[in-house]
Amino acid sequence: MSQVEAVFPARFAEIARICALVQLEAAAAGFDEKEQFRLQLACDEACTNIIEHAYGGENRGNIRVLIRQRDGSFLIQLHDTGRPFDPSNFELESSRQPSADLAELQEGGWGLHFMHSIMDEVRFDFDMDQGNTLTMIKVHP
Amino acid sequence: MADLATFDVQSMNRVDLVTVSGRIDSSNAGQFDEILKGIVGKGRNNIVLEMNGVSYMSSAGLRALVSTLRTCKRNRGDLRLAAPSERVVDVLKLAGLNSMFSSYPDSVAAVGSF
Repeated sequence: MSQVEAVFPARFAEIARICALVQLEAAAAGFDEKEQFRLQLACDEACTNIIEHAYGGENRGNIRVLIRQRDGSFLIQLHDTGRPFDPSNFELESSRQPSADLAELQEGGWGLHFMHSIMDEVRFDFDMDQGNTLTMIKVHP
Repeated sequence: MADLATFDVQSMNRVDLVTVSGRIDSSNAGQFDEILKGIVGKGRNNIVLEMNGVSYMSSAGLRALVSTLRTCKRNRGDLRLAAPSERVVDVLKLAGLNSMFSSYPDSVAAVGSF
């Protein structure tokens, strides 16, 4: 098992650093370049959502990142102390289907769609005392 | 670590060629979007995006592409991609939008298509 944990200020400019950590760990876990990119993308989208929706902007808290590889699964866990996340809204957005009609195409919501498409498991937990915890798991092929 | 994005705009007779490289994410997608909006704001609705050097793009960059494509099409123009990198193509595929953008092997072919 390998595990790394780090805390980053909730700022957009920090997302590249978080992604670099994900890429490093994903490469060490044996994921190919395409999968390394996709794991970064899922984490990026999750961090962006935390900053935009949980904290409602930049510099309003931290994002604690935990990356763990164990028994063929790659886990990314993100924790924040922002507003609670409503999973029912998430289900609505994550089930979006790409539209073939440009005029009808929504410009938002892709991040959640990507997280679900890339990861094998996406789970949101909220604790009144501890805050939001997002757990994403990718099973190693 | 992460390479910062660079944007270069070249105005031609009928087309504006925008060369993008580096990483496009939430930290700079706003700048990317403003550049594209600035072009269509001048009534220039034929745009080629040369994206061979884009090493990373999140949904924040995708939003700018979709928004600009919609505006260009509404104004009887188009946003066409030249040599999109593997990462850009992957993001378009994940979103199910790869068929929505016309793509060309290089900027010469893309500019010439208008």
